[in-house]
Amino acid sequence: MHSGFVLAKADPRPIYLQIIEQVHQRIALGDWTAGHPLPSIRELSAELRVSVITVKRAYFELERDGVITTRQGKGSEVVDAPDLVTRLLDSQLTPAIETLAHLAVQMDLTIDTLHDRLAEAIRRAKEQE
Amino acid sequence: MTHLAVHLQGVHKRYPHFALEDVSLEVPTGTILGFIGANGAGKSTTLRILMGLVSHDRGHVEMLGHPIPDGAIAAKTQVGFVSEDMKLFPGATLDWHMRFVAKVFGGWDAGYAAELVRRFDLRADQKIKGLSHGQRVKAALLLALARRPRLLILDEPTTGLDPVARHEVLGALTAAVQDEERTVLFSSQNTLDVEQIADRIAFIDRGRIVDADDKERYLERWRRLRLTLPDAAGQTTLPSAVAVTATGRIATLVTDRHSDELLAACRATGATVQSVDRMTLEEIFVASVMARREEVAA
Repeated sequence: MHSGFVLAKADPRPIYLQIIEQVHQRIALGDWTAGHPLPSIRELSAELRVSVITVKRAYFELERDGVITTRQGKGSEVVDAPDLVTRLLDSQLTPAIETLAHLAVQMDLTIDTLHDRLAEAIRRAKEQE
Repeated sequence: MTHLAVHLQGVHKRYPHFALEDVSLEVPTGTILGFIGANGAGKSTTLRILMGLVSHDRGHVEMLGHPIPDGAIAAKTQVGFVSEDMKLFPGATLDWHMRFVAKVFGGWDAGYAAELVRRFDLRADQKIKGLSHGQRVKAALLLALARRPRLLILDEPTTGLDPVARHEVLGALTAAVQDEERTVLFSSQNTLDVEQIADRIAFIDRGRIVDADDKERYLERWRRLRLTLPDAAGQTTLPSAVAVTATGRIATLVTDRHSDELLAACRATGATVQSVDRMTLEEIFVASVMARREEVAA
């Protein structure tokens, strides 16, 4: 099974995080739904030309975060959880809000100003969709 | 099945100007071990001892369950070894070499050999003397890989290869351990290759193994901390580390024992932690070798 994952050497993030992100993306976009099988650790390692241990690390963290489930001898698959997509998107929202909060404190912005600018940004985002 | 494909325990070897001291190395079956070290650190000597080409003074060496050197002949039927100084016959073609190797060793996979000829961009009917350095390296690797040995021992397999050839060779090495019964031990100065495909790392410097660990854990242990100090440099005593440099109120600390406790200890001195950076294997290699050279010089 060809995963279509792309690793970027110029990306400063470690390879296991890049693998995790690409799994998240496929689930968030709806390409991979509950029960969708993941490539085996060895297959993905050979395909991406990265060590087995790097792929294992990615799968371990995906499992720990409740994104995939692994059954002995059956391989790994996307978990069956109705809130999974929301959870994945929410995990991106939290750090974005933290950054926003830090900038707001630095710039001494009021909640009202932030609200107006966020409303404007949301309007633009909807236009692009 | 033996759990360890390669096992060295307390190996010593003394030469007039160089010595391997107390070298211990374990390579579990089904893994890729990247063996790194500077020029003359002892990588090739260690691999030659393993292949029974050099005898060790003291210590225990085992390969695929066979004691070395006594069981070297039995072990080597299952081992593919490629090194810089291995000579192919200049007047013979690659095809001749392939037929020769197929006859001498069992397990030759002709289909895989043909695939590798194509992937490595070689021509079977070409004589060795007409090949470039990189093509010879690829030819030697092909002859070892297509035997599908249980253990591949490769001394600097990617040195002198162009980026496309390196990509194909790294692909062949990761494919080799697919069935979890085969093992790869390769030495390299190319830290990028090791960082990419190795499951475990062993680091040799001046004839001693200075570190050996699971690659992810090894990379997780190393961090570069950038700190701002409460006073000008020299006033604050920072926790001990592999390297500490400070100019003015800015200090950089390189550690191989990264932990929350270390960060707390830095903060306890009154320093502010500006950033905690991951390091590439290349940066770790340089920091580690430099720190030891300074230790020797001091």
